[in-house]
Amino acid sequence: MAKETIKIENLKRQFTMGSETVHALKGISFTIEEGEFVTIMGSSGSGKSTMLNILGCLDQPTSGNYEIDGVKVKNLSKNELATIRNEKIGFIFQSYNLLARTSAIENVELPLLYNSKVTSEERRKRAINALEMVGLGDRLFHTPSQLSGGQQQRVAIARSLVNNPVMILADEATGNLDTRTSYEIMTLFQELNKKGITITFVTHEPDIATFSGRTIVLKDGEIMQDYKNHKVQSAADQLAKLPLENHLS
Amino acid sequence: MRLLNLIKIAYKAIILNKMRTLLTMLGIIIGVASVIAMLAIGEGSKESIRSTISSMGSNMITIRPGADDRGPARGSGGNVQTLTLEDYNVIKEKVDLLSNSTPVVNSNGQVINGSNNWPSSIYGVYPEYLDIKVVGLQSGSMFTDAEVNTASKVALIGQTVVDNVFPNGEEPVGQMIRFNNIPFKVIGVLEEKGENTFGQDQDDIVIAPFTTVQKRILAIDYLNQIMASAVSEDDAPEAVEIITEILREQHKLQDFEDDDFTVRSMEELISTFSSTSEMLTVLLVAVAGISLLIGGIGIMNIMYVSVKERTKEIGLRMAVGGKGSDILMQFLIEAILISITGGVLGVALGLGATVFIENFLNWPTSVAMYSIIISFAVCAITGIFFGWYPARKASALDPITALRYE
Repeated sequence: MAKETIKIENLKRQFTMGSETVHALKGISFTIEEGEFVTIMGSSGSGKSTMLNILGCLDQPTSGNYEIDGVKVKNLSKNELATIRNEKIGFIFQSYNLLARTSAIENVELPLLYNSKVTSEERRKRAINALEMVGLGDRLFHTPSQLSGGQQQRVAIARSLVNNPVMILADEATGNLDTRTSYEIMTLFQELNKKGITITFVTHEPDIATFSGRTIVLKDGEIMQDYKNHKVQSAADQLAKLPLENHLS
Repeated sequence: MRLLNLIKIAYKAIILNKMRTLLTMLGIIIGVASVIAMLAIGEGSKESIRSTISSMGSNMITIRPGADDRGPARGSGGNVQTLTLEDYNVIKEKVDLLSNSTPVVNSNGQVINGSNNWPSSIYGVYPEYLDIKVVGLQSGSMFTDAEVNTASKVALIGQTVVDNVFPNGEEPVGQMIRFNNIPFKVIGVLEEKGENTFGQDQDDIVIAPFTTVQKRILAIDYLNQIMASAVSEDDAPEAVEIITEILREQHKLQDFEDDDFTVRSMEELISTFSSTSEMLTVLLVAVAGISLLIGGIGIMNIMYVSVKERTKEIGLRMAVGGKGSDILMQFLIEAILISITGGVLGVALGLGATVFIENFLNWPTSVAMYSIIISFAVCAITGIFFGWYPARKASALDPITALRYE
C-alpha cells in the first residue's frame, strides 16, 4: 500500500455566527495517497473552501482527525501550523498572489525565506530549478506585470514546488485563465503529477476533474461522491485539439 | 541569517515605496536635525558666555565687604567698611595660590577736559590690575609702584571716556583731565573691550593709582574691593576657601557669626550664567523633541496604511509559512529602518544647519557628540515604539481572511 499523504477521519467544522451554528463540514473521511491527483469539487456553500482551509493547515477542524504526512494537525499551535505549511504544503491560488514589483525568482524564493535551514545559495538554486520545471527558465527576473496570466500562474506553481512539499494544494488555479491557458496549466500539473507529486485541486469546473485520477464531490458539508477516474484525459491532447482561431482571438 | 532575511524583506518594501518612505522620513529628519541644531545653539551660547567670562579673567577672585546673602535692611555692600588694606596685605602675604592681587577703591564722578565732560567711574588700583583683568594698553604705559607710593595724579582711561572727552580725535596721552576737580595727567589708553555679556560698557572707566583715589578723592581708609587672580583656574576654588579662612581670622569672627565679606571666583559666575542658557537649551530641545514625536506619529500612520494595503501579501506570507513573529519583525524592522535612515539624514542635515547658522547668522554653535548619540537613540526608540502597534496588528491577522482581502 502506498504511503498516505492525507488521512481524514470524521472531520467536522462548525462556525458560530451570532446565535446560529453553521455546520460547514459534517463528518468527512477520506485518505489521499502519495502520488495521487485529486480534485475536490462542489458548488459554493458545499464546504469546499472550509475543506481547503483545513487541508492547507490554515484552519483547524472542530472535531475529527486530520493527519498530513503522518503528523496529527489537531492541537498544534499557530506557529507549528505555519511550519507545517512551510515544509509540507505548496499553495496555488486563483489570483496567483504574487508579490508585485518583485522578480519571479524572488517570488519563488519566498517560502524558503521562512525556512532557516535553507542557505541563501541553496534557496537561489532551488528557485531556479523550480522555475525551469514550469518552463520559465528564461524569465527569472521578470516581474509579475511583465508576465502573462498563464506565466504568473506558472511562477506561483514554481513557488509551490520550491519547498519540496508532500502535497500541492491548488484553489481554483485555472479560474482566472482562458481555456487554452487553463489547458496549458493542467498539462503542467499532469506532468508534475507524473513525476510523483501529490496534487489536490479544489475547483467547481467539471472539465478540470476529467484531468485528474480521482474526484471527491462535496455537497452541504458531506461527501456525495468519491470516485476513481479510469479514463484520465490528457490535457496536452485537449490543448492540441483546440481550434487555432481560439488561440489567435 | 533569519534576521538578515527580514531586513532584506523590509528594505525591499521601503525601496518599492520610495516617495512615501521619503515623506515619512521627513518628519524624523526634521526632528533630529532640529534637536541637533538647537543643542548646538544652546551649547554654543553656553561656551560663548564661558569664553566672555574667561576673557575677563577666568581665574579672577573678587573679595567684597558685606555678606553675600544680605537682606534689604543691611544696606548695600559697598557701604560696609569691613575690608581694609591690612586685610589685603595679609592675603597677599599668606595665600600662595594667588599670582596677582590688588586692593580696589572706586568712585563715580565727572571727567572733564575743557568744555567736554562725561560721567564715569574711577578705580584706584595697583599696577597688577591689568594682569588680573587681562586688559592691554592701546597707547601710553601703566603707572608704576613708585607712582602708587607717591599718590601721583596720573590716570589711564578707557575708549568710551576718550571718545567723550576728546571728541576731536586728539591724542589723549600726555593731556590733562580733571576728575571731580582733581587734575590727572593721562598716561595711557586702555585697550577696547566693548560690552561684556551683561551689557556693561567695559571701556567707560578711569584707572588711577590706589593711593591717589583713596586719599585724594575719597579720603577713606577702607577698601571697596580686593581683586586677585589664582595661579590657575583650577586653583581658584581652593584659593577662595583659604581667603575666607584668613579673613574670618583677621576679622575675629566667632564660629556662629556669618562672614562679613564675600569671596567669589569667576567659576561661580560662569555656573550662574550657564544655568540660564541651560534653561534655554532645555526649552529648545523640548520644541525639537516635539517635532521628533510628530515624526514618530507619521511613521505610525504610514505603517498602518502599509499593513492595510499589504493585507493580502501578509496572508500569502503566512500561507507559505511565515509565523506571526516573522510578520511582526518584518514590519517592525521596516519602521526601524525608516526611522534610523531618517536619523542618519537628520544628523547630516542638523550638522549642515549648524554650519549654516555659524557662518551666515554668526551665532555661536557647538555640536556636542552626546546630542548626536541621543537623537540617534531616540530615533531607534521612536521606530520601535511607533512601529510596534501596526506590526502587532499585522501579525495578528487571520491568514484565511487576509488571503481573501481585496
